[in-house]
Amino acid sequence: MRVYWGDLIRGLWKENAIFRMMIGMCPTLAVTTSAINGFTMGVATTAVLVCSSLLISVFRNVIPKQVRIPVFIVVIATFVTIVDMLLAALVPAIHKVLGIFVPLIVVNCMILARAEAFASKMPVMRSITDAVGMGFGFAWALVLIGSLRELLGTGGVFGINLLGANFVPWMIMLKPPGAFITMGLIVFAINLIGMAQSRKTGRLHRNLAPACHSQGAQREGI
Amino acid sequence: MQEFLLLMVGSALVNNFVLVRFLGICPFLGVTRQVDTAVGMGAATTFVMIISAVVTWSIYKYVLDPNNLAFLQIVVFILVIAVLVQFVEMVLKKLSPALYRAFGIFLPLITTNCAIMGIALLVVSKDYSLGNAVVFSIGAGLGFTLALAIMAGIREELEFADIPPSLKGTSVALLIAGLMSLAFMGFSGLVAM
Repeated sequence: MRVYWGDLIRGLWKENAIFRMMIGMCPTLAVTTSAINGFTMGVATTAVLVCSSLLISVFRNVIPKQVRIPVFIVVIATFVTIVDMLLAALVPAIHKVLGIFVPLIVVNCMILARAEAFASKMPVMRSITDAVGMGFGFAWALVLIGSLRELLGTGGVFGINLLGANFVPWMIMLKPPGAFITMGLIVFAINLIGMAQSRKTGRLHRNLAPACHSQGAQREGI
Repeated sequence: MQEFLLLMVGSALVNNFVLVRFLGICPFLGVTRQVDTAVGMGAATTFVMIISAVVTWSIYKYVLDPNNLAFLQIVVFILVIAVLVQFVEMVLKKLSPALYRAFGIFLPLITTNCAIMGIALLVVSKDYSLGNAVVFSIGAGLGFTLALAIMAGIREELEFADIPPSLKGTSVALLIAGLMSLAFMGFSGLVAM
């Protein structure tokens, strides 16, 4: 049981896709104009992650090693198609706002990374638990960023007014610059906390950096 | 001619791929330490963007759409792009070693770049003609390169600035991106899209 608990909570903070690994930055910046948009995107990504982890884990001993990446991509793309259609049918208004970022779930490297690093090696139940944890970690981060931007940009969260009628909305928070600045300040805050902790525990803190790309860049020596 | 020009300015400046559409954020944050590598990455990405826009447009127009298979576009596009990047790498290696030395190291990083998949999806969803699709992807690529080059230029200067330790790296890069994005909002009245 303990093993499952570890798999579940790992994605929520310790290896949180957005706040620790900084992967999936494109949807994070693009769809967090409101809490509900962030929530929908988070749920959609979680659904794709859980379904593809399940399928890949079930067939992990059948998929030939040499063609595993193309197989993973086809599995992920299939579930993205299903989720895209579901969203278009169930919440057409939000589907329209999310736009091409729903189909772009397919290139979210979190999903391929979990398939490669976890689901292709672990039993089914553990893979699902890991996927749920990772997906919820991604989702709550999107909801938090979406809430912050919506609160300052409109004065409310999830459409409920919180700051009163006298609050002058900061329109810029809903525009692209607001996304970059909010995320920059969040990374700053996480670095501050990490440094304060490292002074206490003596463990070295490294400033956050996007995991996917910079590792690739390091490998290629650029 | 004027239509093409407007389309190109629109996709390069008004709806800049990185700063307004949020596509290709990973290379924007990851490969912008030096101007040379940023421009190289931008050029390689532009190159692949144009090819993949043309190929995916043709596949959609002549295979998927006539056979009512448009719902397969996500699966087909991602496979086509993955194969295409490998193919471009092999062809470049064989035909133009000089170009391969300049672009080659960036190509493996491009497959999972959402700008490439993004351009394929945008071109199809906007129902462009082939000419418009090419011009749109050239503009988008130029805008991408421009954003990367400006970012790298600023970050090179930042090396000599005294930044608080907790702001260093990605944090300050994101804040600068916010200011750049604010500046690019000034282009928004340039072309009515």
